[in-house]
Amino acid sequence: MTKVWDIHGGIHPAQNKQQSLGGAIRAVPLPPTLILPLSQHIGAPAGPVVSVGDKVLKGQVIATAKGFVSAPVHAPSSGVISAIEEQSVPHASGMKAPCIVMTTDGADSWMAHSGTLAYRDCSAAELLSTIAESGITGLGGAGFPSAVKLQPRQSIDTLIINATECEPYITADDQLMRQRSDDILIGIDILAHILGDPERILIGIEDNKPEAQLALATALKNRSHTEQACTIEVVEFPTKYPSGGEKQLIQILTGEEVPSGKLPADLGIVCQNIGTSHAIYRAICHGEPLISRITTVTGQACGKPGNYEVLIGTPAKHLLAEAEFDQTRCPNVVMGGPMMGFTLPSVDVPIIKSSNCLLATTREESPTPPPAQACIRCGHCAEVCPASLLPQQLYWHAQAKNYERLEAHHLADCIECGACSYVCPSSIPLVQYYRAAKGEIRLIAEEKRQSDRARVRFEHHQARVEREEKAKAAKREARKLAAEAAKAKREAEAANNQATDADKKDPAPVDANDIVQAAMARVAANQASPKDQHQRLQRAIKSTAARLQKAEQGLEALLKDDGAEPSAELLAQRDQQRATIEQARLRHEEANAKLAALDASENTPPQAGAEKAPSPATTVSGDDQNLDPAAMAIARAQKNAAEQASMSPQQKQQKQRDALEGRLKKAQARLSQAQSEGSEQVEAFSNAVATLSEKLKTADLELSTLGQTNPASNASQPVNQQTSQSEENS
Amino acid sequence: MTEMSSLELLLTAVIALVALATIFGVILGYAAVSFKVEGNPLAEQIDALLPQTQCGNCGYPGCKPYAQAIVDGEPINKCPPGGQATIDALAALLDVPAPELDAEHGEEAEVKSVAYIREDECIGCTKCIQACPVDAILGAAKLMHTVIVDECTGCDLCVEPCPVDCIDMLEIPSTLGDWHWQAPQTPAERFTSKHRDSNIIATDHAA
Repeated sequence: MTKVWDIHGGIHPAQNKQQSLGGAIRAVPLPPTLILPLSQHIGAPAGPVVSVGDKVLKGQVIATAKGFVSAPVHAPSSGVISAIEEQSVPHASGMKAPCIVMTTDGADSWMAHSGTLAYRDCSAAELLSTIAESGITGLGGAGFPSAVKLQPRQSIDTLIINATECEPYITADDQLMRQRSDDILIGIDILAHILGDPERILIGIEDNKPEAQLALATALKNRSHTEQACTIEVVEFPTKYPSGGEKQLIQILTGEEVPSGKLPADLGIVCQNIGTSHAIYRAICHGEPLISRITTVTGQACGKPGNYEVLIGTPAKHLLAEAEFDQTRCPNVVMGGPMMGFTLPSVDVPIIKSSNCLLATTREESPTPPPAQACIRCGHCAEVCPASLLPQQLYWHAQAKNYERLEAHHLADCIECGACSYVCPSSIPLVQYYRAAKGEIRLIAEEKRQSDRARVRFEHHQARVEREEKAKAAKREARKLAAEAAKAKREAEAANNQATDADKKDPAPVDANDIVQAAMARVAANQASPKDQHQRLQRAIKSTAARLQKAEQGLEALLKDDGAEPSAELLAQRDQQRATIEQARLRHEEANAKLAALDASENTPPQAGAEKAPSPATTVSGDDQNLDPAAMAIARAQKNAAEQASMSPQQKQQKQRDALEGRLKKAQARLSQAQSEGSEQVEAFSNAVATLSEKLKTADLELSTLGQTNPASNASQPVNQQTSQSEENS
Repeated sequence: MTEMSSLELLLTAVIALVALATIFGVILGYAAVSFKVEGNPLAEQIDALLPQTQCGNCGYPGCKPYAQAIVDGEPINKCPPGGQATIDALAALLDVPAPELDAEHGEEAEVKSVAYIREDECIGCTKCIQACPVDAILGAAKLMHTVIVDECTGCDLCVEPCPVDCIDMLEIPSTLGDWHWQAPQTPAERFTSKHRDSNIIATDHAA
């Protein structure tokens, strides 16, 4: 007999387990429709791989896992996919989420599938991939993908199977152990094989399930299928809520506490639910994916409480009808246990992989909690907390929204078991405070992450703008220098020419440097001028001739296209084309003339460069005007905000209207410009005009409802303002 | 003799003080050089609390300049995207009373929004790309632009420059992913709430 340890705190609520233990696991008739949420597990939602109208067979994959922590979804029966849409899902929020809805055909025909009992001959990787592909997630409640949990980086020496089922009312695991303990043991053996046969394999079970324990012990004794199978020990311990929490069970069975922020795997421990090990047995030995589970339906509002083997996706309503549920006696149905479950938004939501219980209690059975009263600091909550936290302190800080203090008090270690709320004499809904605070903290962390990203992006943006600005300045500087150098060179050349002229006339003593420079310039000019000049001009003639030809062809094509009705647009285009031709011809002639002149006098110095050089002054001023647009936008926004703040709502509305009018005018101007130029964007601009005028209309309407004063008197001034502003902008 | 000794005393005291002053001067000088703090740590702390929307509503071209301005004595209530939460955090950091949000700079939005470009109306002018402070708009000249939703801070600086008015600010719908439990109603809230239960007083319930 293994020693068991005790955990801190815990409570002993009424068990209420007997109601659902009468009789075997019952089958549920095939429902007409199945609703399969894409996110039934922790992690990324699955991605659908079927489309509406597809016929699917039982066990076929209909949505695949997206990412490492994710799980696929399989068709629980054969039928036709009738919709992929947002549907109500079993979630405390009552919100909708993407689901695959299928209509069953009643045939319930399986796809081809097979498994093996010789799993000991398979590698762990093969088994893990089969488990992942079978969509198996933890069936205890949280729904974490099992394959992920079964490949820890640390080496594992203890495998713990959680058969505690500590919440009142729920008996799904109990019933499963009573009826299918052989299968469960094979499942555990598979888990042991995957984890490299850990030293200890413990099944933790509370002492309120003697029949299940007996069934397991008998199965262990009679185990014959695998001789080499691992040694499994069933450990019984006193019933106490919440012994079934993963960290609590580890402490009970090993005496070790999982440190805050660490995982059981860090201690060399892996914990799996007993239902999960059964599902793994079905997947490996029969090739059946996770398409059904055992769910307890209980509570006094049920005529036939018990455990049902139900297909995933079965609407809760269908299952409840099977258990002879009386809606008139039950204000609301809870999914999960009475301690940690949540009220269903409606009974139309489906059963999902983690739904272990549907609890339909009457008002007498679970009365509305009395209103919360002031905390009297009795300290009962701290006595029962299984995580050894200080619920009272957490309560104060949660009320004060003091998240830093909450984190200092290890709110994250709260398992939301509800023991503190259960014992609170003032009936304070403590856990709800903690849940809200946890959500807030998560939200703040997420916002912080986003704002950090935005900061980095903003800084990079600023750096880039600065870099571009610098590069522009450097280019400008370089151009300026080049222009100055060219100017200096020209001046020097002119001076040299004069000097040489002077030389011939008057052999006066000149500076030696000047003579050398002049000589070099002369040589360079002689080398460059005649041949190069000639070639360049010929090239220019050729290209202008080609351009002229092309332009003429274009005009011809336009003339041909021109059918019965020459539109204004076409006429404009034709005129443009003609102008182009004229220009091209002029250029051609010019080049020809130049060539002739060159041929006539080989010694004429080239003059082409002077005109081509860009004038630095204009570029600089152009760049200066083109300020950083972001800065300009910010400045504009500031101005607007400042103006808006000092106005009454009516003035604001008026201002908005005027702004719209200004924008509309701008847009109209753009449109008419675009039309006259025959631009392609005419349509886009006319769309913009249309939307803007519509917006203007609604603004007018709002304004008229808002104020009694005539808008005309107010209108004139701000419109002018707006237009002047727009001129500034453009 | 007595005069001499008093002079000696004076000298000793002066020498001792000068020596001390020199030693401490050297230590302080060394510390000033080797333990110099780079940048302004307070401005960085403030910047970390600001929402990094970079919207410019505060009158400064971005969150960092506003953080610097706060260090230089600017009021802390000029950030509408951050809202009261940011003002409270700043007040706690700077140990000053938390003022109300200055309405002159805009109102706090209840739901966050992101820019959305109606893509078939976009003419590809790149004006919004230039206006975006966090480079969250993707596109090229004469090609359609689109907003990277995950990176958009909802500052709406891109709406005004758009020549064809094809940018909308859309509110982000709440999903299962970001849902969380709400705190229970306080007794006062329960009393004023529309959905209150009949049993407001505990003794009602016992009866």
